[in-house]
Amino acid sequence: MTAHRMRLAALSAGAGLALAAMVSGPALAEEVTLSLLIDNGPQTVAAAEKVVEAFMAANPDIKVDIETRPGGGDGDNIVKTRLSTGEIGDVFLYNSGSLFQQINPQKYMVDLTAEPWQADIQPSFQNVVTAGGKVYGAPFQTAMGGGVLYNKKLYADLGLQVPKTWAEFMANNEKIKAAGKVPVIQTFKDTWTSQLFVLGDFFNVQAAVPTFAEDYTANKAKFATTPAALKGFEHQADVFKAGYLNKDFGAATFDDGLRMLASGEGAHYPMLTFALGAIQTANPDAVKDIGFFALPGDDAAKNGLTAWMPPGIYISNESEHVDAAKKLVAFIASKEACDLQTAAVGATGPYLVKSCALPADVPPMVSDLQAYFDKQGGAAPALEFVSPVKGPSLEQITVEVGSGIRSPAEGAALYDEDVKKQAQQLGLPGW
Amino acid sequence: MTSLAASPAIGADRVRRRAVRTVYPNWFYLPAAVIYAVLFLFPTVASLFFSLTRWTLSEATFIGLDNFRQFFREPFLIQGLVNTLIYAVVTSGLKVVLGLLLGVLLTSEIIARDYLRSVVFFPVLVSTVGVGITFTVLMHPTGGLINQSLAAIGIEGPGWLTDPRFALLSVALVDVWKGVGLATVIYIAGIVSIPRDYYEAALIDGAGALQRFWNVTLPLARPATVTVVILSLIGGLRSFDLIWSMTRGGPGFTSDVIASVIYKQYQAGFYGLSTAGNVVLFVLVALMVVPLSAVLNRREVAR
Amino acid sequence: MRNRGGTLIGAAAILGSIIIFIIPFAFILITALKDKQQASLRDFSWPTSFHFWSNLVEVVKARDYMLITALVNSTILTVASVTLLVVLGAMVGFVMQRRPSVWTGVANFLVLAGLIMPPAVVPTIWTLQGLGLFKTLHGMILIEVAYGLAFSVLLFRAFVSTIPREIDEAAIIDGAGPLDLFFRIILPLLKPVIITVIVVQSVAIFNDFTNPLYYLPGKQNVTVQLTLYNFQSMFDTSYNLLFMNILIITIPPLIVFLFFNRQIVVGMTAGAVKG
Repeated sequence: MTAHRMRLAALSAGAGLALAAMVSGPALAEEVTLSLLIDNGPQTVAAAEKVVEAFMAANPDIKVDIETRPGGGDGDNIVKTRLSTGEIGDVFLYNSGSLFQQINPQKYMVDLTAEPWQADIQPSFQNVVTAGGKVYGAPFQTAMGGGVLYNKKLYADLGLQVPKTWAEFMANNEKIKAAGKVPVIQTFKDTWTSQLFVLGDFFNVQAAVPTFAEDYTANKAKFATTPAALKGFEHQADVFKAGYLNKDFGAATFDDGLRMLASGEGAHYPMLTFALGAIQTANPDAVKDIGFFALPGDDAAKNGLTAWMPPGIYISNESEHVDAAKKLVAFIASKEACDLQTAAVGATGPYLVKSCALPADVPPMVSDLQAYFDKQGGAAPALEFVSPVKGPSLEQITVEVGSGIRSPAEGAALYDEDVKKQAQQLGLPGW
Repeated sequence: MTSLAASPAIGADRVRRRAVRTVYPNWFYLPAAVIYAVLFLFPTVASLFFSLTRWTLSEATFIGLDNFRQFFREPFLIQGLVNTLIYAVVTSGLKVVLGLLLGVLLTSEIIARDYLRSVVFFPVLVSTVGVGITFTVLMHPTGGLINQSLAAIGIEGPGWLTDPRFALLSVALVDVWKGVGLATVIYIAGIVSIPRDYYEAALIDGAGALQRFWNVTLPLARPATVTVVILSLIGGLRSFDLIWSMTRGGPGFTSDVIASVIYKQYQAGFYGLSTAGNVVLFVLVALMVVPLSAVLNRREVAR
Repeated sequence: MRNRGGTLIGAAAILGSIIIFIIPFAFILITALKDKQQASLRDFSWPTSFHFWSNLVEVVKARDYMLITALVNSTILTVASVTLLVVLGAMVGFVMQRRPSVWTGVANFLVLAGLIMPPAVVPTIWTLQGLGLFKTLHGMILIEVAYGLAFSVLLFRAFVSTIPREIDEAAIIDGAGPLDLFFRIILPLLKPVIITVIVVQSVAIFNDFTNPLYYLPGKQNVTVQLTLYNFQSMFDTSYNLLFMNILIITIPPLIVFLFFNRQIVVGMTAGAVKG
C-alpha cells in the first residue's frame, strides 16, 4: 500500500508542477477576499490567525477573513447545512477520516490531487482526505495520539511504572487510590471526552483481530460480538465500578480534567494528546510533569498507539477564487506554516508535512508520543480513519457505560445499532 | 355589558352585516399570510416530502415510510416521549401553581411590592443560553453554589444534572425559574381585573381569606389559567434550548426529549429521519393542545 | 392585609426573592469581575482581584469588536421584527375575531401549526436563497416574523374579543373606513396586549440563538447570542469573559425592562377590566 501511495504522490507532484505553471500565468490582478471557516477551539484560532497573518503579509492582494463556528456535533451540523446550501465560503477546516467521507467530498470540494505541495504530505494523511481516488485536503496542525495522559510527578512519588497491560494499569490505579489521589479522571460534562476508552483501544483491537476494520465496514463484525472490540466498553465500566473516578465526573469539563491532572489531584486522564495546547495555555508550569502512554491491552508485547489524524483544510468548489484559495492552502501545507503554528501554540505532535520538523526540546508528552510513531508498527490509525462508519451517539453511550447507567454489553450492542443508520445513510454495501 | 348589547339589537344587526363586509376586510390577512406562507408554510410542506426519503442534502432517495418505522425504533424515542410529557406537565403545572400564588401575593398589600414584581419578572428577559450556563455552574455536584450551601447546613446535595434521576427535573425547575415571571404577570392581570364587588360580597357572607381565594379568585382567574397552561404546555413540549445548553440530553440519553432526539438525528446527518421526527412531534403536540384549545374556544363562545 | 401580616409576608418574600432570584445574578456579576484562574473554579467567592474594566475591554474587543456589531444587528433585528409582528398580528387577530368565515378556520389551523411545528431549516434556506434574502438582516427579520406570528395572532385574537363590538359600530356610524377603524380606534385599545407581545417577542428574538445560527451566517451578521461562543468552546472556557458577555447582553433587555417596568403590569391589567 505504501509503495502504491508513494508512486501516486510522485505522479501527482509531476502533474501539479505542470498545472501550476499554467495557472500562474495570468496573475491575480485585483484584490480578492477569501473566507476561512474554522472551529472556535482557542488553539485552532490562535494557530490559524498566526498563519493567516503571515500569508496576507506575503500576498498583499489576498485578504483572508477568518470565521469561527462551534466544534463538535454543533459544528458538524453547521458545516453540513452550509455545504448543502452553497454557503460554506472559500476555504474551510473539517475533520479527516470518516467525518470527511460523510460530507460528500466529490460533490463539494476542489480536487487537490495535482497540487505540487502534495509531494510533501505524508501518505498516511493523504489517505484520510481521499475520496474516490482523489485527494481533497491539506493537513492543519499535528497528528495526535489517543491514550492516557498521566502525571509523571505522581508516578515518581508513588514509584509507579508506565503500564503495558490493563492489569498493570488497574494495579497502578489501586495504589493511586490508596495514596488518596484520583486514579482516573473523567469529564462527562463534555461528552466527547468519554469516548477514549473505546476509540483509543483500537490499536489493541486490530492487533487481536487484524480484519476488524474491514469486516466492520462490510457489516460482518460487530462491537458487541467481537470480544476484543468489546474490551474498550468493559474497561470503561471497570474503572467506574472500582470507584477510581473523580467524584464530580458527571459534571466536570475538559478544563477541569486538565486542571486536576496538572495539579496532581488526579493521575490518569484518557485523552487525545492535542490537550497539550490547552495545558500550555492554562498551566504552562505543569507541562513538564505530564506524560503520555497508549491505552494498555491484554498483551504487553502487542501494546501500541491509536493515532488520530489532524483535520484537513479544504476548498469549496463553489468558491469564486479557487486560485487564491489554492495559494492559501499551499501556504498552510508548507514548512513555514508548521513553524508558525509551533510558535503560536507550541509543539503538540508530529506534523504531517514531511519537511516540517519539531523543535529539539519538546515537552515530555510529545516525546512520549513521538516514540510510538518512531517504533516500527508502534502506531495504527484509529477506526474512524480506516472505516467510513462511525455512529453519532457513541459519546452518549460511553457516558452511560462509564457512569454505570448501562452495562458494557448493552452499550456495545446499542452502538452497533447506532452505526447501522449511518452506514445506510452512506449507502454502503452490505447494510 | 349584557343589557347594553341586547337593547339596540335590530339596528345593530343591520350595521353588523354591512360592517362585516366593509370594515373587516379579508385583505388584512394578506401581509401576514404572505410572509408566513413563503417562509414557514412552504418550506415545512416541502420538508414533508423529505421525510419519505433517505436524504443526504445533496440527493434524496424515496424510501416510503421507512423513516417513520426507524424513528419509532429509536431506542431513546420512548424515553424521549415520556421525558417530554413529564417536562411539559411539570413546568406548566408549577408555572400555574407558583404563578397563581405569586399573582395573589403580588396583588395584595405587601411591602416592596414593586421590587418583588420586578425581580420575579426579570429572569424572563435574560437569555436562555445564559441562564443555562449559569445554572449548570450553580448546580455542579461538588463545587456548585447550591450543593456547597446545602453542605454548609449538613445536607449532601444530589448531582442535579449528573444523576439520571434528577437531571430532567432540575432543568424543568430552571425552566420554571425563568418562566414563572410571565405566568405571574398574566395572573396579576387576571386577578386585578376581577371586580371588587365579588370580594366585598364574599366578605359580607363571612368568607375567610382562603375561601375568598378558593371561591372568587380561582374561578374568576380562569382565563389567565387557560392562557398560562396553553403557553407553557406548548413551550414545554417543544422545549429545546434550555435542555440542550444544560445537559445536552444527558447524562447519556436520560434527559433527552423529542426535540433533542430530533436535533441529534439532524446533527448526525439523518435529515430524512429528523424530518420524520418533526412530523411525529407535530402530531403529538397537536393531539395534546387541540383538545385543550377547543375547551378554551368553547368557553369564549359561551361568554 | 395592610398590617403586620403584610409586612411579615413581604419580608419573607423579599428574603426568598434574594435567595432565588438575586443570588444567581450576583453570581454572574462577581464571576465577571474575576481573573481567568479564579473564575474557572466557578465558586461563589469574593474576587481576589478585580478585573471589571479589563474583562469588559477584552470582551468588547474580542474578534474585531464582534460584540458591537452583534448589539447593533440584534437591536435592528428585534425592533423591526417586533414592529411587524405587532401590526400584522393585530390585523389578523382583529379580522379573525370579528369576521367568522372559511378563512377563520384556515387561520386557526395555521396558527396552531405555527405554534407547534418546528421549522424545516434546509428548505427554508433554499427559499431564502431563491429570494436573495439569505445572509441578510431583512431575511432574518422576515423569518422572525414568520416564526412569531402564530403566537402574536393567538394573543391578539383573544384580546380583541374583549373589545365590545359597539365601539366598532359607533365608529362605522361615524363613517370610519377599515383602516381608520383599525389604526385609530382598535389599535390604541389593544395597548395592553401590544405591550405583552412587545415584551415577550422582543425577549424571544433578542435572545434567539438557533435561528441566526442557521439563517444569518457571516462575520458581519453576528447576533448577540452567538457572541457567547467566543469564550466557550469544546476545549476551553474563559468563565470570567463568558459571564461578562452574559452580563453585557443582558443590559439591553434590562433597559427595556426598566423603561417598561410599570407599563408591563399596569398596561396588561388596564384593558383587562373589561374582560
